[in-house]
Amino acid sequence: MSMTLKTEGEHHIVVTRRFAASPEMVWRAHMEPELIRRWLLGPEGWTMPVCINEAKPHGKVRYEWAHENRPGFYITGEFLEVEPFHRIVHVERMHLPDPTPDNHIVTEFVPDGEGTLMTMRMTLPDAETRKQMLSSGMEKGMEASYVRLDGLVAAGEIAAVRA
Amino acid sequence: MEYLDTTFSALADPTRRAILARLAHGEATVLELAKPFTMSQPAISRHLKVLEAAGLIERRIEGTKRPCRLAKAGVQAADRWVDMLRGALEQNYRRLDAVLAEMKPGKEQEEKP
Repeated sequence: MSMTLKTEGEHHIVVTRRFAASPEMVWRAHMEPELIRRWLLGPEGWTMPVCINEAKPHGKVRYEWAHENRPGFYITGEFLEVEPFHRIVHVERMHLPDPTPDNHIVTEFVPDGEGTLMTMRMTLPDAETRKQMLSSGMEKGMEASYVRLDGLVAAGEIAAVRA
Repeated sequence: MEYLDTTFSALADPTRRAILARLAHGEATVLELAKPFTMSQPAISRHLKVLEAAGLIERRIEGTKRPCRLAKAGVQAADRWVDMLRGALEQNYRRLDAVLAEMKPGKEQEEKP
């Protein structure tokens, strides 16, 4: 279930990942707030107290993250295309608290054997935005969470065995 | 930091990555860099220009030569951001694996109201 992450030209990043579940289930986990807030959390220690996802064209997205020891941040976005259970196109920006330039994201789910292959193509943020994101403290959270990675790997293996 | 916009495309080329790998061992001239490649010196020079514009290498003047070396700050700044993204996504998807495994029993056919 390894993930690939590649830059495409100067302006895009393409991520692929396999999941041991049908496209419909992977889609739902990306679109239903009660499922989204269980996994879309980044480094350990963050929670998502606000999760709004209006899964339809022109629908709005608002995810807010909170951490015990760090200032929170949030993203807002809008859906451009919503094609169940196959393709999502949306834009989002991070508020740090000033909004970053829009990240245009195309997410596709295709059946792959018993599972699903997800491909996500996103905008590579410009240098200034990357600098802001690095200095927002998210990276510090990352370093701490690498140390606790073993526990998470165990959880990932359980899912893989059930595949 | 202002070089970062061009860093990722500079790193996308295999010859340029090989040049960076060579420079990781120390400073080298264009002539030395051209040797292991079946490429002309002007072709290598063009790659070096891209790497220099991306802030990945630095060049100094020594008589008629312009030896190159890695500009570590440039390489690290680009890697750090991608590493952060990769780390965050890997953790997200590991959690998502667990969420999907729990969804499995019988819930797949469930209609959302």
